[in-house]
This record gives sequence, structure tokens and C-alpha cells, in this order.
Amino acid sequence: MVTASWYLILAAALFTIGAVGLLVRRNPLIMFMCVELMLNAVNLTFITFGRELGDIGGQVSVFFVLVVAAAEVVVGLAIVVAINRRRPQATADDLSALRG
Amino acid sequence: METAVFIVCAAIVLAGALGVVLARNAVHAALSLVGTLFGMAVLFLNLEAHFLAAVQIIVYAGAIVVLFLFVIMLLGVDRLEDLSVEPITGQRVLAAIVGLGTFGLAVVFLLTSDIGARSVGTLTRDITDIGQYSNLRQIADVLFTDYVYAFEATAALLTISVVGAVVMSRRMARGDEAQEAAEDD
Repeated sequence: MVTASWYLILAAALFTIGAVGLLVRRNPLIMFMCVELMLNAVNLTFITFGRELGDIGGQVSVFFVLVVAAAEVVVGLAIVVAINRRRPQATADDLSALRG
Repeated sequence: METAVFIVCAAIVLAGALGVVLARNAVHAALSLVGTLFGMAVLFLNLEAHFLAAVQIIVYAGAIVVLFLFVIMLLGVDRLEDLSVEPITGQRVLAAIVGLGTFGLAVVFLLTSDIGARSVGTLTRDITDIGQYSNLRQIADVLFTDYVYAFEATAALLTISVVGAVVMSRRMARGDEAQEAAEDD
């Protein structure tokens, strides 16, 4: 029988993979994908807890997370496109134009 | 049955996530992301979140990953990336420590809470049931009453982000671009 902790541990594992990927990779697009992984892990946690507590609010929170994730990806990819126009093939390490 | 579905989907989700992190080619990473998102959608079904499972596929697999692929193709960054060099010394070791710490702490907290030990019930309701207590009706009831201001705020957020994306990715007039490039150098 699958208990809620299985889902929660899966979500923790997924979040960890996303976080490590975000720290290790240097391609801005891949880093965005890792953020998506982390958001998905949190979504799974929300739904699992919402179901365990019998509260639909968990699923409503996931709905809002989805909307914010969509907005975040749109803006992020626009930034990536704008940066690539100026500096083709830039990695996250090259983007230090704002440093003090 | 639910256990089998969970195990298969968990394997797909984790394999896809590892594919995203380890893929040298950005296109392969995006395709691995699709696998993860599909597995996650099935897990949502397993948890009786029918509406969100559909939204997950439509929004993530249908829109976000396509957007990723579009940008990858548009920029021509689908070259192979050399993962053998470590940009910052000791970065991967530190990232692994952070990852293990995150995972360990999360698991410890989850397993010591009394919620984690409860059993998830089996699927009893029919997905096609559109009765009063369907998943969609429940979400809509809450979304348009308790969370109606937040819902309106998401509308504003989406509009603002679209406008922002258009402004940022707009190609500047030739004169402006040359001037900015000169300032940049």
C-alpha cells in the first residue's frame, strides 16, 4: 500500500535533483528546467498534503504555482533571448554585467 | 494497482529528472523534462487531482516545454556541452553536499511527521464523474470564492509577463542597437 510518505519522499528526491542541477549546470536554459523540476516537486507535496488533510486548498495552491511558473518561464526565456542577441552562447558565468 | 502505478511513475519521474541534469544537449534535457512532467501528471491522477493532471499536461508539456524547445532551436544553442570541466573548483562536491543535506532533512521531517505515515486511499471515484463533488467543482468552488483576489492577481501577472516578454525580446531599431552595442564595448 502506498502511503503519503512515498509521494513526499519522491518529491524530496525530485527537489534535490533539481536543486543540484541548478547549482551544477551553467547553461541558463537547463537551469530553468531545473527550476521547473523543483516547482513540480513542490506541487506534488502540495497535492499529497492537501489530500491527506482533506483540503482542496492544496490543489488551488498548485494551480497558482502553475500560473506563476508559466509567467516565470515566459519572462526568463525572454531574458535569455535578449542576452543571447547581445552575447551569443553566454553561460551563467559570463553574465556578470551587473556586478558591483 | 496504485502501488504499481506509483512505482512506474516514480521511476519515470526520477529518470527524467536525472536526464535533465545530466544531458549534454539542451534538446535532450527538454525531452527528459517532458517525461518527468508526464509521470508527474499520472501521479496527480493517482492522488485524484484530475484537473491538475490535465492542466499539468496542457500547460507544462504543451506550452512550457514547447517554449523551451522553441528558444533552444531559435538560439541555436543545441550544441553539446562539455560537462567534464568544473567551472568553479569544488562546486560539484559542495552541490552534492547541499543536495544530500536537503534530501536528508526533508526525509527526516516527513517521516517524523504524523501525516506521512497515513495511508493514501485507493481510487474510488470515476474520473468521468461530473457530479457535485467532482475535483473540478471543488477547485472552482474555492477558487472563485476564497481565492478570487489571488485569481484576479494571476490574470494581472500573466498580462504583465506577456508584455514584459514582448518588450524584452523585441528587436530594437537598427540605430538604437548599434548605439547600445557601442556603449556596451
